[in-house]
Amino acid sequence: MSKRAAFPFAAIVGQDEMKLALLIAAVDATVGGVVVFGDRGTGKSTAVRALAALLPPMQANAGCRYACDPADRDAWCEDCRARYVSGAPAAHAVAVPVVDLPLGATEDRVVGALDLERALVHGEKAFEPGLLARANRGFLYIDEVNLLEDHLVDLLIDVAASGENVVEREGLSIRHPARFVLIGSGNPEEGELRPQLLDRFGLSVEVRTPQDIASRIEVVRRRDAFERDRAGYAMSWAEADGTIRSQILAARAHLPTVSVPDESLILAAKLCMALGTDGLRGELTLMRAARAAAALDGASTVTASHLRQIAASALRHRLRRDPLDDAGSTARVARAVDEVLGK
Amino acid sequence: MTDPAPAADPGPWADALLAAAVFAVMPAQMGVALRAPAGAVRDIWLAAVRACLPATDPWRRVPLGIADSRLLGGLDLAATLRAGKPVAERGVLAEADGGVAVLAMAERLPAATAGKLAAVLDTGEVPVARDGLYHIDAARIGVIALDEGIGPDEQVPASLRDRLGFLLDLTGIAPAQATPPEPRNVAAARTMLAQVSASDAILSALCGTALALGVESARAPLFALHAARAIAALDGRDAVSQADAAAAARLVLAPRATRLPSAEPPPEQPAEEPPPPPPEGEDAEKPEPPTDQQLEDMLLEAAQAAIPQGLLAQLAAEGLKPRGRADGRIGTPVNNGARGRPAGVRAGEPRGGQRLSVLDTLRAAAPWQAIRRRDGAAAGRLAIRKSDFRVIHRKQNTETTTIFVVDASGSSALNRLAEAKGAVELLLAECYVRRDRVAVLAFRGKTADLLLPPTRSLVRAKRSLAALPGGGGTPLAAGLDAAAALADAVRRRGGSPGLVILTDGRANVARDGAGGRARAEADALAAAKLVRAAGFTGVLIDTSPRPQQAGQDIARAMGARYIPLPYANATMLTQAVRAATASP
Repeated sequence: MSKRAAFPFAAIVGQDEMKLALLIAAVDATVGGVVVFGDRGTGKSTAVRALAALLPPMQANAGCRYACDPADRDAWCEDCRARYVSGAPAAHAVAVPVVDLPLGATEDRVVGALDLERALVHGEKAFEPGLLARANRGFLYIDEVNLLEDHLVDLLIDVAASGENVVEREGLSIRHPARFVLIGSGNPEEGELRPQLLDRFGLSVEVRTPQDIASRIEVVRRRDAFERDRAGYAMSWAEADGTIRSQILAARAHLPTVSVPDESLILAAKLCMALGTDGLRGELTLMRAARAAAALDGASTVTASHLRQIAASALRHRLRRDPLDDAGSTARVARAVDEVLGK
Repeated sequence: MTDPAPAADPGPWADALLAAAVFAVMPAQMGVALRAPAGAVRDIWLAAVRACLPATDPWRRVPLGIADSRLLGGLDLAATLRAGKPVAERGVLAEADGGVAVLAMAERLPAATAGKLAAVLDTGEVPVARDGLYHIDAARIGVIALDEGIGPDEQVPASLRDRLGFLLDLTGIAPAQATPPEPRNVAAARTMLAQVSASDAILSALCGTALALGVESARAPLFALHAARAIAALDGRDAVSQADAAAAARLVLAPRATRLPSAEPPPEQPAEEPPPPPPEGEDAEKPEPPTDQQLEDMLLEAAQAAIPQGLLAQLAAEGLKPRGRADGRIGTPVNNGARGRPAGVRAGEPRGGQRLSVLDTLRAAAPWQAIRRRDGAAAGRLAIRKSDFRVIHRKQNTETTTIFVVDASGSSALNRLAEAKGAVELLLAECYVRRDRVAVLAFRGKTADLLLPPTRSLVRAKRSLAALPGGGGTPLAAGLDAAAALADAVRRRGGSPGLVILTDGRANVARDGAGGRARAEADALAAAKLVRAAGFTGVLIDTSPRPQQAGQDIARAMGARYIPLPYANATMLTQAVRAATASP
């Protein structure tokens, strides 16, 4: 995503909930993205940019503008279907895209638009894919997501739900796959996130500045070392980052074999009932996230401890909201967890 | 660097110059929010910074209303048409790479622009994803945000302020005879900086000081560390001394303090015995180093001495002010063509955020092709002239929606529900004249109901009111919640909501529908605060027989005007409401 070395993921001090949520999103895309809310200077964007540098590469159809998965024929774009009618497609390894959606992006850059060069020079109507196309099978990151302009939010909500980007404008008619994990971060003091968009995020994480002096010193020390020598510092953490990368890979392979016993399902349902979350999305996310957490653990079944680990992230944004009382929703989830799962 | 003014205190102007020198040493790491009215003092300070920077480094001024295409870069249309292929135009931030960007009137910067700047400061890069381009420009810039704000609510947006090392306030400071930083000194410090080391004791003392002053952001101690290093480098030393750290704490941490250290009350008047030992050099290396705790206390004292008087009072007052506005601008931007819903295509250049409509431009150019070719345009290529440009115009809906929130509970019915209805009808007529939209919410029993979604139909509004029965409890919290949600929806659609709440303020049903006056009132107050946090304007009309404390409390909590329903004087009521809702 960026030319300069990113801060190493492994070097982030504390913020375990945020790191776990990001790893879960990297293991199981169906969990449905992560939104990170918190004070300024707590390493929200650092963590996401660090994750980008950490992700193992993926296989993609050669020459495909949307990086279609060779193994998943159903999700192919029209170009790939036409090109590889039969037989195995030519594939190559590409980096998992982590696309930054800058706040100043224009709508045509997000959804794709007329290829200006060909339009202006040759008068042709050709489609040039936008950021959503680039983000296919990867991550779409929006920093300060609560400041995103409404018309872009509308667009994202629609595409995130359907997994497909449909462009019907300026005389173009294009549809292409756009399945991405949405990652947002922001500061709640700067504006509320639209409830519809908030609902699109599987996990919601709150970060705080560490309150103990030792971690704060460590944060500043590491950041300072990084700023003084970016490349060298990233190198010194390369091994630790490599361990996390292997953990992600192992968890992905392991994920389909993780079983969810009935008692865990019952606990999850009880938890959601105790909190009065609307709809089944909460339970589903809770289950999926717990399974990914178990896979990251190397466990073969989902237990109460996995539920406990991710309950707050999966449920706190699904409670009836009260913007003045943000800490309250976390506390409510914690209380329900204690009630249902025992202390 | 001493000053004739009080005792051995380095003085605010000397401090400002020290900050200027530190910024010049490491512009990309520090950044400055400079609060000062336009005038000589600010100019002298800026000149001092500029004199210290290498003359070849770019220095760009960023005007307030800058279009994103100019700020971040975009398509250079004229060059594109000439070259026949997309030509990118670098934005101001990319142009300022390696130098300084000066933001004019940063206190009025919209939050979205501040967000973009914050991302650039974080990464040192400008991602350009606009107008058919995608590339990354380097932009390691030092930012000086000029803040001409007067009150505490006019400030550089918080997301940006947090990423700036110095929060300097030059208001009311006269430049004393302090010597400006020596450019050669700064140049030497720049090369020296990499070798300057800071001990763990210094690092932990800075972090501890930040914690004690209630500075949450982890960026602040990092800025302080940078500053301490730069101060040492400016002095030609390769290790950070206590005095350096104290100066850094004073410059960086003190302006960010949100509380005074709670552990111990300030033992002595800071003015009597200024803690940072001002003489440089000989005092730097003390024979026996103090313990970590002593060091931290020293930094704390240094910072504390620099905290302006009355800060605590200011902080206490801030708790009562409406929060949640991240940008300095007040009011809704009016129809400016660049924001809102597309509303047709018109001729004009894509400036100020307006988007070029390519097809319409091509369409406009098409008929002229033969003529232009005859006049000398190259064959085989579309000849497009400025006059062909079509931009998509956008229109923002800023009409007012007045939301009536009517208390239809038993107590209210007993009191003056009928009168309240009459007053609302008068107000409705008023709204009708102004072509406002109206919505009616009523709360009684356990819930609030939307009787009438926003509409222009006066008839429907009247009918919904007439059919409104009275009776049941007073779920004031639910009513206010519903009103806030509706107002929020109106605002999201681009309208400006105004709330008119008619109640006797005697809440007796809590949010969850349970009875009990105490909880109901607490919930109602919380809901009212929520309304204020969202920044909605409103009026509360007290319908109780006599003006009640409860109603006034609610009105105060929601930042609304309080009006007791006058007897038999509906005209006065409409006037009062108009005055309160017309000007937010």
